[in-house]
Amino acid sequence: MIKFLLMVNKQGQTRLSKYYEQVELGKRAALEADVVRGCLARRKEECSFVEYKDYKLVYRQYAALFVVVGITENENELSIYELVHNFVEVLDKYFSRVIMFNLDKVHIILDEMILNGHIVETNKNRILAPLLALDKMAES
Amino acid sequence: MSDVVEKTLTALPALFDSQTGAAKITNRLRQLIKSITELTSKHEEENLIKQELSAMKEQVSSPNTTMKQMREIMVRAMYCEMLGYDASFTYIHAIKLAQQGGVLEKREEENLIKQELSAMKEQVSSPNTTMKQMREIMVRAMYCEMLGYDASFTYIHAIKLAQQGGVLEKRVGTFTPHFHSSPYITSITHAQEIIRRKAVLALYKFYLIAPNQVQHIHAKFRKALCDKDPGVMTSSLHIYLQLIRESPDSYKDLTGSFVTILKQVVGGKLPLDFNYHSVPAPWLQIQLLRILSLLGKEDQSTSELMYEVLDESLRRAEMNHNITYAILYECVKAVYTIHPKAELLEKAARCIGNFVLSPKINLKYLGLKALTYVVQHDAKLALQHQMTIIECLDHSDFTIKRETLELLFRITNAQNVTVIVEKMLDFLRSCNDEHTIIHLVGKVAELAEKFAPDNSWFIQTMNDVFSIGGDLLQQDVPNNFLRLLAEGSESKEEDDQLRLYAVDSYLTVLKGHTSHLPQCFLQVMSWVLGEYAHLQESVDQREVIRLLTQLLDQRSVSSETRVWILSALTKISEGQTDLILDLAESLSSSQDTVLRQQAQELRHLSQESQLHEWALPRGAPWDGIEVDSSLSFLDGFVSEALAAGAAPYKPPHQRQEELCEDRALNLEPYGFSLPVSLSSCSITDRQSPTLLSVSSGLSGNSTELSQKAGCLILEGVKRVWGKDGYLPQKKRSTPPVDEPSAAVQPPGQQEAAERIEPRPDPLTQNQDKQQLASSLFVGLGVGSAMSLLGKSEAPPPRFRKKPHPHESSSSSSSGTSERSSDSSSRSSRNTTNSFLYGSLLEKEPATSISAFDHTPKSTTANGLAQNKDTKEDRRANTSQILGGDMVIVRPSTIQDKHPPSVSSDLTALLPADLKDLPHSDVISLTSDPSLSLSSCRLFRDEALLLVIFISNCTETVIKDVAVQLTCEELKTVSLRGNVVDCLEARSTSVCHYALLMDDPHTNVSFTGTVSYQTQPGHTNTLPFSGTLSTADFIRPLVVTTEEYGKLWLSLSHDVKQNLKLLTDAGDPLRTTLNSLKDALQLHVVDIIGSEGIVACRLLSGAPCLLHCRVNGTALAMWLRSPHPALPDCILYHCQRALAHH
Repeated sequence: MIKFLLMVNKQGQTRLSKYYEQVELGKRAALEADVVRGCLARRKEECSFVEYKDYKLVYRQYAALFVVVGITENENELSIYELVHNFVEVLDKYFSRVIMFNLDKVHIILDEMILNGHIVETNKNRILAPLLALDKMAES
Repeated sequence: MSDVVEKTLTALPALFDSQTGAAKITNRLRQLIKSITELTSKHEEENLIKQELSAMKEQVSSPNTTMKQMREIMVRAMYCEMLGYDASFTYIHAIKLAQQGGVLEKREEENLIKQELSAMKEQVSSPNTTMKQMREIMVRAMYCEMLGYDASFTYIHAIKLAQQGGVLEKRVGTFTPHFHSSPYITSITHAQEIIRRKAVLALYKFYLIAPNQVQHIHAKFRKALCDKDPGVMTSSLHIYLQLIRESPDSYKDLTGSFVTILKQVVGGKLPLDFNYHSVPAPWLQIQLLRILSLLGKEDQSTSELMYEVLDESLRRAEMNHNITYAILYECVKAVYTIHPKAELLEKAARCIGNFVLSPKINLKYLGLKALTYVVQHDAKLALQHQMTIIECLDHSDFTIKRETLELLFRITNAQNVTVIVEKMLDFLRSCNDEHTIIHLVGKVAELAEKFAPDNSWFIQTMNDVFSIGGDLLQQDVPNNFLRLLAEGSESKEEDDQLRLYAVDSYLTVLKGHTSHLPQCFLQVMSWVLGEYAHLQESVDQREVIRLLTQLLDQRSVSSETRVWILSALTKISEGQTDLILDLAESLSSSQDTVLRQQAQELRHLSQESQLHEWALPRGAPWDGIEVDSSLSFLDGFVSEALAAGAAPYKPPHQRQEELCEDRALNLEPYGFSLPVSLSSCSITDRQSPTLLSVSSGLSGNSTELSQKAGCLILEGVKRVWGKDGYLPQKKRSTPPVDEPSAAVQPPGQQEAAERIEPRPDPLTQNQDKQQLASSLFVGLGVGSAMSLLGKSEAPPPRFRKKPHPHESSSSSSSGTSERSSDSSSRSSRNTTNSFLYGSLLEKEPATSISAFDHTPKSTTANGLAQNKDTKEDRRANTSQILGGDMVIVRPSTIQDKHPPSVSSDLTALLPADLKDLPHSDVISLTSDPSLSLSSCRLFRDEALLLVIFISNCTETVIKDVAVQLTCEELKTVSLRGNVVDCLEARSTSVCHYALLMDDPHTNVSFTGTVSYQTQPGHTNTLPFSGTLSTADFIRPLVVTTEEYGKLWLSLSHDVKQNLKLLTDAGDPLRTTLNSLKDALQLHVVDIIGSEGIVACRLLSGAPCLLHCRVNGTALAMWLRSPHPALPDCILYHCQRALAHH
């Protein structure tokens, strides 16, 4: 099961966070800082999975940006690793510009892909369908 | 795929850069993000966000804010929350907006509302939430529901609230559950694919929250599985994975469908846009493989259905991409989980080879993980990869190393244990992650105990464990170790040798630098030295005393450890009066009351050697100590105190709860709830304080204590009670013989290991690694104990405990640790514990009645060490029981008091429908010249029938006979025949009460009066009374062993105790259980070897499970129940029943 998904930059600033299990607001910042520290400390030739408390972190770096996913022991790390890439590909397909200012839309995309901590959709066209419909409505 | 990545990589920095403008975005958010990115310190950020939030607060409450602005505020609020600042004031606005706004607005609000819902979820499940808060939550939940969000998790709480609450709560409570899953069910047949998909996912969520509510729509799930749209089908797999995980047997018929689906997916039948890097729907494949492996587990016929598709999956996934490896990994796991097929296993093993040998580090990791999984089924597989494993062991990557150690842990046996443990300890020494240390140190301790080749190695390894693990260690590691030393194995000589090693090694440690040693290690050492230092004759006891005293002087030693050290000193003080007196003198002015008291005790004991001998007999046996954990010897005292107006005992958690409630009451800002409803709820809410009788007060106390003891020593049980419940297996069947010394390895085995060992290129490999390999993988060869299915037994542990180590020690310590928990709570001054102490104070005078309860030792924090003086305690107890006036009367003593003069043919008068019920003897209640009353108890499944026979002893008619019965602790559900207009001469009338016991009490007494008229206008009354015991309310609970196992795990309150074993017959266990069964109406579920499991319930209510184990001449009994007081009551009656047998 997926516990949370974070997008963080190299300075450790959170760009996006999504939790699939209630974590108190106050504890989130500390957890995020911890997680980022754990991932930043690792070198390129080391593997993309880190143990953190009683779950695993899967991280993937895109230039200055880290995507980190916290998962339970029984999840398949490599498939999550690829899911991150799929997510980034979707973002790439939809946004031609700055996605930071479109936080809400990134959330919509993520909600289409992951629900209740499970992967529910990976087909790019289907992930984007609701968002495109919304855009169309906004235009008209 | 590389071009896509390239594109993404180049695009992303730009994506996150704020330079390229975005006209659509409102300025405020952009400003906010920009300024935050530019900030350098956390402090500045905090200030900025605070400003932002207060500005937002103003805006949202202003009536002029347009919908569009509102939406923008919401996005900003989301951003602030993401940074960890509380923006909960926007939740309600989000809900409002979602109600009014268009689709786009709704989406934004959704996020905030979700946050709100999960916060609510947290609150409702917290025990501290007051009724008023709960009501407020319900209203919020209703609002969310109205907007179409799923707040169904509140239903159950709403119902609870409606049951308990006042008028206002009731209205709210009953309202919420009106919303239910029906809209989702209808939309499951909607024409549009996306709606069907979302409906299925919503139902899945429903299932997770309230499985019972969606049971009627299981057919719809099947429909979704067969949906023509692959997306809907994929969504339904989440539900099925969950369902099948819970009960694989009910869904075997779907195996064919899953296999077909997987075949189609693998065969590329899905539309092209489902492909990810030209692999067809990889995540769907993984999901299906997981489902199949659950279905095929331990089921040959089902597994046969899937061999073909698994084979195809393995074959198809040959493309060199990460995602295909992810699928392969899942495939390999499936192949090794289902019923084995040689051909597939071989292929899977080759796949693992590809993983492990891959230069890509992520694949290597996954390969190790797969191997870790696989070696549980076939340890030999590790042999093929030993060189890789050794390389990984020295890998620079922490994660890889960690995974490798996990793998090694799985293949450890008696021959390679030293090498593997050495590797683990090396890793631990360089590791500073707390979680890893705790986890791994526990594993080292486990291996050391299981496979230790000799005593010195074992002690040395445990020393390392204690000094590395330090105070992070889980409490059961030192407890297990001490128990092992204390109880020993079958042979006394060997035990003493082990103890001697321990003493020697600890003396060496103590002679060195001690300031860096963790407290837990010091405690272990001082206990061992206290108990066994006398075994080492070559060392002067004065030297030991000197070393221990030195520790006392160190500032780093905690006060808890000081208590351990002092109790050790007490044990070895004999004959060294001069040293001890000095010590006692110096401590008698200590700030710590516990230490001061111990110093006093120490002084007294060292002066009176006879007393010392008696209180702390050297080398006393560990078995056969019975402890009365229900403290029944105090019953007399407590009831006297209660009669004198003392407050009944409340367990600490209850007091804590009340305290919380009080606090909540004071701080709660909502004013319009009636205070009446609160106070009424605080009484009905819990085990009501007004209902607490003598016995429940006592049992509450002992539950608390035994829980305390329970958390001290938890290990060891796991061998009988596995993850999946009761495991009636292996361990008992292994012969209780120590394995012949494992240090010498059978030559045949080594040969085999070497033969299998593949050496790809012997020239290039260095010799060290080879050597390491042969020592690591020794014993995994042909002679390996593990078979393909992993069904054969594990090699017998080296340190074989006596067959019943756990119950005996824990139950004895559960009783004895009472005083120690008392004293430790005194030393730690937090509120909870001081509460505990406060309550125990009430009882302290009682303990002091018996002279030996104040033996100095009894205040040590060392539960184990106390076992020795329990004998004295017991002696004192029994004498007290004999001497003191017992208030509580056993049910059977009714018969003793009133000789059964009443003819038993009274039972013939029972109504026809009651005649067949099991019943007790008829006993006389009271009588006067004209009337005589006798009673009989009838055991109905759901109630106890108390039948009262009213006999007219005169030759005249008695009129207007009316019986009135009162009993506060019991509930009368029906009564019949309690008023008789006219009772003929020499005749008998029958009246009966159906009684229920909601809260168990060991004994309850009832009182009553019967009024009658012998002459018109002249009413006589005749009082009567009697006692009923819990035993009357216990009914057998008929369950199977499996059900028992499941139930056992779900129960929380437990009590352990050693009972007398009836040894007069051939099979003591069976005899004892049968006599208990007869006395208490228990159901004996199963008897296996020296263990028996028994089940019963309180009428048709709370179950209580008993687990019995023969422990030398005693019966170790372990009781569990959802009701906190029930185990104590049952235990009490078991003790009685056996004592009177």
